[in-house]
This record gives sequence, structure tokens and C-alpha cells, in this order.
Amino acid sequence: MKAAAVIHRILRQFRRDKRALALMLFAPILVITLLWLVLDTEEYEPEIAIVDAPVAFTNIIEHKEADFSSMNMREAGRVLKAGEVDGVLSWEDDRLSLILEGSDSAANRSVIRLLQETLQDMNPLHQEITLEILYLHGSAELNLFDNTGPVLIGFFVFFFVFLVGGISFLRERIQGTLEKSLASPLKRWEIIAGYLGGFGLFAVLQSLIIIFYSIYVLDMFMAGSFWNVLLITLLLALAALSLGTLLSTFAGNEFQMIQFIPLVIVPQVFFSGIFNLETMHPFLRGIGRIMPLTYGAEALRGIMIRGEGPSDYWMQIAVLAGFSVLFISLNILALKKHRRL
Amino acid sequence: MNEAVQLTHISHIYGRHRVLYDVSIAIQPGIIFGLLGPSGSGKTTLIKVLLGILKPALGQSIVMGTRMPSLHQMKHIGFMAQSDALYPELTAQENMEYFASISGLERQSVKMRVKSCLETVDLTSSAKKQVSSFSGGMKRRLSLAAALVHDPDILILDEPTVGIDPVLRETIWKEFHRLTVEGKTIIVTTHVMDEAEKCDQLALLREGEVIVQGTVEELKASIKADSLEEVFLHYGRVTS
Repeated sequence: MKAAAVIHRILRQFRRDKRALALMLFAPILVITLLWLVLDTEEYEPEIAIVDAPVAFTNIIEHKEADFSSMNMREAGRVLKAGEVDGVLSWEDDRLSLILEGSDSAANRSVIRLLQETLQDMNPLHQEITLEILYLHGSAELNLFDNTGPVLIGFFVFFFVFLVGGISFLRERIQGTLEKSLASPLKRWEIIAGYLGGFGLFAVLQSLIIIFYSIYVLDMFMAGSFWNVLLITLLLALAALSLGTLLSTFAGNEFQMIQFIPLVIVPQVFFSGIFNLETMHPFLRGIGRIMPLTYGAEALRGIMIRGEGPSDYWMQIAVLAGFSVLFISLNILALKKHRRL
Repeated sequence: MNEAVQLTHISHIYGRHRVLYDVSIAIQPGIIFGLLGPSGSGKTTLIKVLLGILKPALGQSIVMGTRMPSLHQMKHIGFMAQSDALYPELTAQENMEYFASISGLERQSVKMRVKSCLETVDLTSSAKKQVSSFSGGMKRRLSLAAALVHDPDILILDEPTVGIDPVLRETIWKEFHRLTVEGKTIIVTTHVMDEAEKCDQLALLREGEVIVQGTVEELKASIKADSLEEVFLHYGRVTS
């Protein structure tokens, strides 16, 4: 099959174009690490209001790295609402109750960790302590990095495959090699299949590296199966590649390809679930339904946070595959402009 | 039908600009056919129509009895575009191997054909170099080698010897003549007179129309001129 010749050629080009290879493989790693540094910070000194705590407890907790102030319940409620403290700790008999302000997940985590440490230190004295955690805002959510991580993985795969795939197809058009290929017995679908195959292999490699790095190095929360994540990122890569090559038809040069980023990529980020859209008008929220990344992000969150399997997100798989089939068909049609066969 | 290529009543427009008007050309097999004309006269457009990668507004292109575009006939056509359609990241060898494979050449014969075609254009010593480091002339030669690699019956060359030094140009034209002896048909576009002289048949194209066609001798005799340059200038003048 001649598509194999196209695949082989693309792989060779990649081997020579080290920059593009590095962009696809390591730029996501760099960006995701930066995000991890920004979003996954834990070196935070929490401010805690303490109400009616036994002396044994305050003696221990006062040595911890945190800012404590004792006050009555009413005063504590006020400063908590005002956001002046991260949490209020109160005692009723042997029951310890913690009310968290809740809107900053990093603060939540550091308060809880601090308390658990303290309780462990106290354990020889008080065996029967139960800790009840309440939230003023939000809930016992994961941290922001865990929460947005799955979407980010999907986004990076989509973005870089879109860009690199689109530009290399554009270059074929500009440098005349597309025309030369079409002046050969190569069929239109073989060109497209070759592209999908060649870039698909790099997308697999890219996905593997991003997923592995995020989960095992950055310790991103992962409840589901590694292979399910790989499947979804591959479907996303396929959609991104076919969309990128399709849109390259409408670009006259590399710079015009870059101009598609704010039009095609950025809106997908807004609607993919990194930002909470619950308060948005349902009609506007519907915009996200026409974007591949939305489906990829839904499935990835399901796998990584809730540990779902394919039966839970078969709809997302079907839609992503549908997008690819649509874009691939349009690609083959667009090539018809050059040659009818 | 004996003709290698038959173009019948081809007209084409780009937007509102007429690029080809009622062009009819018949090319016999085994000759070198020259498309002569100033830049912008429609030579490249005509070649794309011939290849079937551009659908003309009117008319048709028939190659060895088959109406274009035809994937089957593509196997028997070698095409060298005006711009060097090469992958700059790849080496000369890798470019050749790619074009050989998509032309439907058997895997066993790819290596041998690539080697012999690189020899023809004197690029054997640079086979392992990346094309991005090539000079303009080297790229031109490699493009020519890529058009020859699958041993096509019809070779279509758009300005093949631009940027190639006179010595190598001589070698390449000798190769063209050798190929016609084997029965291959070669169609070249040019605006260089001494190259046009070497063609067996010529068609003079101006503003999308064929002004005159025939052998070099016929063209010269038609206006009693001594050189082809005079013919070129004469026909350029009378229509303007």
C-alpha cells in the first residue's frame, strides 16, 4: 500500500526536524510542569480560628506551622465568612469539628493535613477523637491540578498535534510536494491515511509521555486505567490532526495557520471544563457541544477522577470518532480540488 | 489513437482572467516536444491540465488513449514542476525513495532505479546530504531525477534546466535524446531559445493561445527567418 510510503516519509522527516519533534514531545511536559508548580503548591501556612479547645490540644498545635487565634464561636463565624481565616476548629466533648472556608483547595489541604498530624501526635492521649469536616464553600474536592489535569492532558495532545500536523500539510501545499504526489498514482485517501498513520505514531508517543509524566512524576490523581486514557488521547489526536490538515487548506502560509489558534483552540479551552460553566446560560453552554475537546475532557475526567471504564463514556468515544470521520472525509473532498480521482 | 498526448480545445479561466483559450495540441510518441512562450503565457497551466491535476473549463486531455485524470496513466508519467517539490528535511536518497514508492515502483527495483537516476543527474556523491543544504541547481537536478525514477513513458518537465550550468545542461539534453530513442515522449516548457532548437516539435504559446506549431525548420520557414529568436519575436509582435 502506498500509504505506507507516506508514513515512512513522514517518520523520516520527523527524525530530521528535531525541533518539531521536541515541540510535540517536550513542550507539553514543560507546560504541565509549570502548571503543576503553580497549581499544586502546598507550602501554605494556614490561618485557623480555635474555639473551646482543650489545653492538651492547643499545646501541641501551637508548635505547628500555622497562625492560630482563639475566639468564641460567634466571632469565629464572622472571620470565617470574611475570609480572614481558612478554617474554624471547635470542640464538643470528644468530637472535633472543622469548618473550612473551602474556596481555595490548597488552603483546605494544608489545614486538613495539619490537623491530621496534630491528632496523630495526640493519639496516645485521646483514642476516641472523631474529626468532622464541613465546608463553607465548595466541597472536599481534589486540588486544582488534579481537577484540571485530565483536561490539560487532552488539551496538550489536541493543540500540538493540530499545530504540527496542520503546518506540515500546509508546507506540502506550499513547497509543491502535494501537487507532485497528486501527479502520481497515489490515491487521495492514501495521502490522508498516510498522514494519519505517520502522525498517529507520534501522537501515541506524545500521549504516552504526557500521561506517564503527569501520573507518575507529577502524581496527578488517577483512579482509572492508563490504557483508557491513552485511547481517549489518541481519538483526540486523530480529531486534531484531521482538523489541522483540513484548516491548512484555508491558510496561505504558516503564520495564517497560527492565526487559527485563537479561533479554533482557545475557545475549546474555555468550554472544555477547565472553567466552571454551570452558571452559564444553557444555550451558550451548548457551544461546547460542537467542540472535540469537550468530549475528550469529559471522558478523561471520568477515567482519571472517577475511575470510569469505556461503558461510562462510550458516547464521548463515538462523538470523537464521528468528528474524525467528518474531518477526514472533508479532507479527502478538499483534495478533490486538486485532482478528481 | 497513436498520439502520446492529445489536448483538444482546452480553455481555462482563473477568476475573470483567461489563461488558456482553445488550445489543441497533438504530440506524437518518441519526440521531444517544446512548449515555448514568455512567462505568464499559460505553459504551466496547460501542463497541469495535461496531467489531470487541473480540470479545465473546457476541453480534455487524453494521454495514450486514456482521458485524464487517470491513476493508471499517472504510473507512466513523470512530472517535474517549476518549483522544486522536494522535502528539505530529507536527504536526496530519501526523497527519491519516497517518490519512487508512491509511483508504484516495486520495492526491489527502487534502490537500483534511485541509484541510476541520481547518477544521471550527477548527484551520487550528495545522495546522503539533506536537501536543505543543496544549491538551486542541485535541487533542480534532484527534481529531474525524481521525475525519471519510475522510468515513465511520458516525461513532462516544466522549465527543467533553469539554474543548471551549461555543461550539465548538455548532459541532461543528451539524456533526453537517449530517452526518445527508447521511445519515450518528452514535453518541456522553456523560454530559452537554444533549448527550443533541440526540440523535435514546438508550439508557441502567447496569452493562452497557440500562435504557431510545427518543427523548428517549419517555424523558421514560415517567416523565412534564420533563427528561432526571430520567429519568437515575430509572432510575439504580430499578435500584440
